[in-house]
Amino acid sequence: MAHDVDPLEHERASWKPSSGLAVEVSDPAVNPGLPPHRERITDKDPAAMQRAVRTVYTLFYLSVAASIWAVVAYMVFPLDGTLAAVHNNSMFVGLGIAFALLAIGIGAIHWSKAVMSDKEYIEPRHATRGRDSTREGAIAVFEAANEESGFGRRAMIRNSLIAAVVASVIPGITLFRGLAPEGEDPVELLEHTMWKKGMRLALDPTGRPIKASEVTLGSAFHVIPEELAKLSHHEGYLEEKAKAIVLLMRLPQEDLIEAEDRKSWSYDGIVAYSKVCTHVGCPVALYEQLTHHLLCPCHQSQFDVADGAKVIFGPAARPLPQLPITVDDEGYLVAQSDFTEPVGPSFWERH
Amino acid sequence: MSTATATSAPEQKKDAPLGGRFVGAAANYIDERTSISGLVKELGRKIFPDHWSFMLGEIALWSFVVVLLSGTFLTFFFQASMVETHYDGSYPLMRGVAMSAALDSTLNISFDLRGGLLVRQIHHWAALVFVAGIGVHMLRVFFTGAFRKPRELNWVIGFVLFVLAMGEGFTGYSLPDDLLSGNGLRIIDGMIKGIPLIGTWTSFLLFGGEFPGDAIVGRLYTLHILLLPAILVALLALHLVLMIINKHTQFAGPARTNSNVVGYPMLPVYASKMGGFFFLTFGVIVLIASLFTINPIWNYGPYDPSPVSAGTQPDWYIGFADGALRLVPPGWEFVWLDRTWSFNIIVPLVVLVLFILLVAIYPFIEAWITGDKREHHIAQRPRNAATRTAIGVAGVIFYATLWAAASSDLIATHFMLSMEGVIHFLQFTLILGPIIGYFVAKRIAIALQKKDREVVLHGYESGRIVRLPGGEYIEVHQPVDQYDRWKLIDAETYEPYVPRPNAKGNIPWHRNLRAAISRWFFEDRLTPLTQAEIAAADAHQHHSLDHMDEEEAAEIAGADQRAAEDGRPVNAVGEKASAEWPSPKALNEANETDEGDAPRA
Amino acid sequence: MARFKKHRQSGRRSPLAAAALIGIGLLITGGVYAGASAAVAATSETEPAASTLTVEDGQKLFQANCATCHGLDLQGTDAGPSLYGVGELAVHFQVSTGRMPLQAQAPQAPQKPVQFTDEQIEALASYVQAVAPGPAYPASEVLDGEGDLAAGAELFRINCAMCHNVAGAGGALTEGKYAPNLHHTTALNMYAAMVTGPQNMPVFNDMNLTLEDKRDIISALLWMQENPSPGGYALGSLGPVAEGLFIWIFGIGTLIAVTVWITAKSN
Repeated sequence: MAHDVDPLEHERASWKPSSGLAVEVSDPAVNPGLPPHRERITDKDPAAMQRAVRTVYTLFYLSVAASIWAVVAYMVFPLDGTLAAVHNNSMFVGLGIAFALLAIGIGAIHWSKAVMSDKEYIEPRHATRGRDSTREGAIAVFEAANEESGFGRRAMIRNSLIAAVVASVIPGITLFRGLAPEGEDPVELLEHTMWKKGMRLALDPTGRPIKASEVTLGSAFHVIPEELAKLSHHEGYLEEKAKAIVLLMRLPQEDLIEAEDRKSWSYDGIVAYSKVCTHVGCPVALYEQLTHHLLCPCHQSQFDVADGAKVIFGPAARPLPQLPITVDDEGYLVAQSDFTEPVGPSFWERH
Repeated sequence: MSTATATSAPEQKKDAPLGGRFVGAAANYIDERTSISGLVKELGRKIFPDHWSFMLGEIALWSFVVVLLSGTFLTFFFQASMVETHYDGSYPLMRGVAMSAALDSTLNISFDLRGGLLVRQIHHWAALVFVAGIGVHMLRVFFTGAFRKPRELNWVIGFVLFVLAMGEGFTGYSLPDDLLSGNGLRIIDGMIKGIPLIGTWTSFLLFGGEFPGDAIVGRLYTLHILLLPAILVALLALHLVLMIINKHTQFAGPARTNSNVVGYPMLPVYASKMGGFFFLTFGVIVLIASLFTINPIWNYGPYDPSPVSAGTQPDWYIGFADGALRLVPPGWEFVWLDRTWSFNIIVPLVVLVLFILLVAIYPFIEAWITGDKREHHIAQRPRNAATRTAIGVAGVIFYATLWAAASSDLIATHFMLSMEGVIHFLQFTLILGPIIGYFVAKRIAIALQKKDREVVLHGYESGRIVRLPGGEYIEVHQPVDQYDRWKLIDAETYEPYVPRPNAKGNIPWHRNLRAAISRWFFEDRLTPLTQAEIAAADAHQHHSLDHMDEEEAAEIAGADQRAAEDGRPVNAVGEKASAEWPSPKALNEANETDEGDAPRA
Repeated sequence: MARFKKHRQSGRRSPLAAAALIGIGLLITGGVYAGASAAVAATSETEPAASTLTVEDGQKLFQANCATCHGLDLQGTDAGPSLYGVGELAVHFQVSTGRMPLQAQAPQAPQKPVQFTDEQIEALASYVQAVAPGPAYPASEVLDGEGDLAAGAELFRINCAMCHNVAGAGGALTEGKYAPNLHHTTALNMYAAMVTGPQNMPVFNDMNLTLEDKRDIISALLWMQENPSPGGYALGSLGPVAEGLFIWIFGIGTLIAVTVWITAKSN
């Protein structure tokens, strides 16, 4: 690099920054300096300059016209309840605004490039570091303040001040405990869902209960507890639904691989699994009737319904919890109990 | 016009002050109350260097202004509440559906407010441009080394701005409480729950109870329109102030040194270019928003934990995080000590945080390696900092692979592949891609350095083939114009660190480490050129061109003579040639005049 | 490259001549191709049959086009499953979307150009219904598109959107399979797919989705087909991925091009 010239070098005499690993060249290449100014067409030809000027103000006037058009379009394309009206209004007002803005922009740039002077200037940089005299002045300021306050030597005052300021923030932070409701334990809530013994499986979203005979081979039913449909949003409809959603499918009995202690959890080849993905909680809703695979669309975790909904691909780590079901005396499918493990994504306290 | 200070100016040539009497009076009024004339004098003719890559930050800046303006409009109509209501507006597929007031108000803005849909789309498209603008700007700063002293702090501030912009985007698109963004929140909730120790309670605090609760939209709204923008604007102001104090960097070029700025003054040229670019950015965004749909929440409907759409992805700037989650292989979770350790969440989080941290502190790493404490105001061409460029390419490939992974299902359907194949390929690319990219980029950078060196010393290939009397063919090389050539010469070189034993005769481990890293950083390099070498190369080029000139003239003369002797008409080859294809010497002379274009390198 | 400022080469050597030649060549090639494919398309359109086809015609069509894989008695072979119980609805769905006759084994039968006329399809369907009865055509009311749009859209989101996407743009399944987009599906085929559950699509019997539910879903889908997005081009309704790609390529691309123009020296 060429030797750097700092016009105020003498004022920063104490500053000798290390150049580190940079290589100093003994006979550095010489900068040729600014090339001679090359005239533009608008500089050489006054008619061209006139044309450029005319282009610029024409663009600006066109912009005015476009802005007026946008206002006119606002009035001329009212909304009448149809989608077409929305589209027209949005598009024509938008195009008017767009052209108004673009015309100003193009005009301004053309003005800058073709009309305004294109002479290049050279401006020296000052080193960022303050001058030695300035720095000494700053130090003197702090020295005086230190002397007059005793901040440096009165350790007790200083340390206790820092402690007090830090401590004063803590009550404010504590207030934010209120973000979560009192008297509720999140772990407790995560470990239970709305499902209870005898609660009927019902269609999402109507809440109509489902009979076992309705679940034919190859079908997929999206299920909620029958009681859920009666809850309002105010009463926690979405919060309960986020844990209670279930997928109901029927497989040929011979295709089902069941653990000994879970053989009673299905009914005649009908199985019910939690629809909440054990990865991070999206609904695992894609059922492939031929392969018996469940696919979660968010991160592509796959579960095998024929084999306990275990994970066969993707980032999920645990199989989907199974809802033990049976049939009541009217033939409706009912839960035998709540899930035997927390549903949904893992959390620290889960064991 | 104060009489207290005697102005030394004699009678003005014009009676009225600049801009007319009103403007003069107004300027005077303000100056007497704010001292603004000082600022105008200091900054008004400040010189800014001109290069297109220096305007990328402005893409971000102006699109942010668009976001602010359009967002303010929306706040007058949006209800950030999760209270249940039933939609009864114009859109038939939602009529009567139970939804939160947030979605209801968003639908009303879209369908029952003139210009509402337009402003919503402007806002969302501008947000995408904003983050993308920061991204390209950051890449430019990285690859040109503009983060070096004195701009390390500005790099960190800029990086925080990038993270804030992503946060703004995420909180923003989650406000309508629709199915797509609601599933995004569900995913965030799942990730938070997977954090050891604090996860379950953090989720509980964030959502005000169980997911989804009825607080989250309101809280995100507070973040989105109050806290995050306030911090963003403050840091943005600081970012720009630092840029004004440090002055902008410039590429090497004629008359440009580390101690000056060469360019155009703020008023009128730069202000006009910046202002014009603001209108162009705004105009392009509005044009896109007039013609292209974005975030059609009427298709998604209200958030409900049961439905989900195929092709559930976050906005592009969150894609790398979603992709990181998708690339984790199955089964990364254990129960140990009665607690669940979800490494399928922890590992992506840690990897992303480390990646982000590394990018944020990179200037300090490089400063430690080079030990260079001088100020740097010349932007380097990426080829001249080969290892840094290679590291940057590796980082970009890493980020891009994660980003691509977020759309793995769409890649599968559109290119007729299996999603498993796509995911396995991307897992493979995530590890090997950056490594391969590093090596390829480094070699390319060094090769480009060598090409530049060759052009400087031997000229550029002119495309003119000459057959020498001996029979061989050569391509004539033309010397590059000295001003363009300077751009190829002006580059810094560094050498690896050689540690020396200290007073006790040992070399501390951190010095060994620095030596090893600096060797890796600087091992492949070209020795810098000296002026003597350049002058010698110049002389040699001119000499061989002159020589060729003479030979050609002799050849032509000989041909003419033979033609005359044989009585054949003299084929006026020489004249025609010089009219259509001037000899090298004539070309050279044309180079030195300032008429017309100089030949390109 | 050296540049000669004196005068352009004219005549044959004009650089514009090369461009013009290539342009003309492209235009001619494109025109010939367009004409040829129009001609081919025209010839492949069959005239409406003069007479209605019968079950016997359907049998002949079946034997000629389907029996190789599905067996002469619809019992199935190694190459294709048995058709017992599929009924006319399944035949209509598979053949009218071009999925059948299957061209090659693949993760899934893709849609391709339809090989039979509507009459032929009906004949095939009635033959299969006669031999292997199954789900039948619905009452016309189910397909009339006058159902409850909001209810239909909600049912669509719960039961269908996870595979087909909320706007019916289609989506990925495992191992190279996919749920196709529904932008051009007819009302009858929507019904047929729900009832017959083609390939990996689940079966939606009338206890799961009642006839009224199906009518609502079909109505909502038809409405979506007929009413394009009010925001402008929908970029395939693919969501943030398409939007992100678009903004990077066209948005940032345009803006960077603009910066190059702004900082380029004026002529």
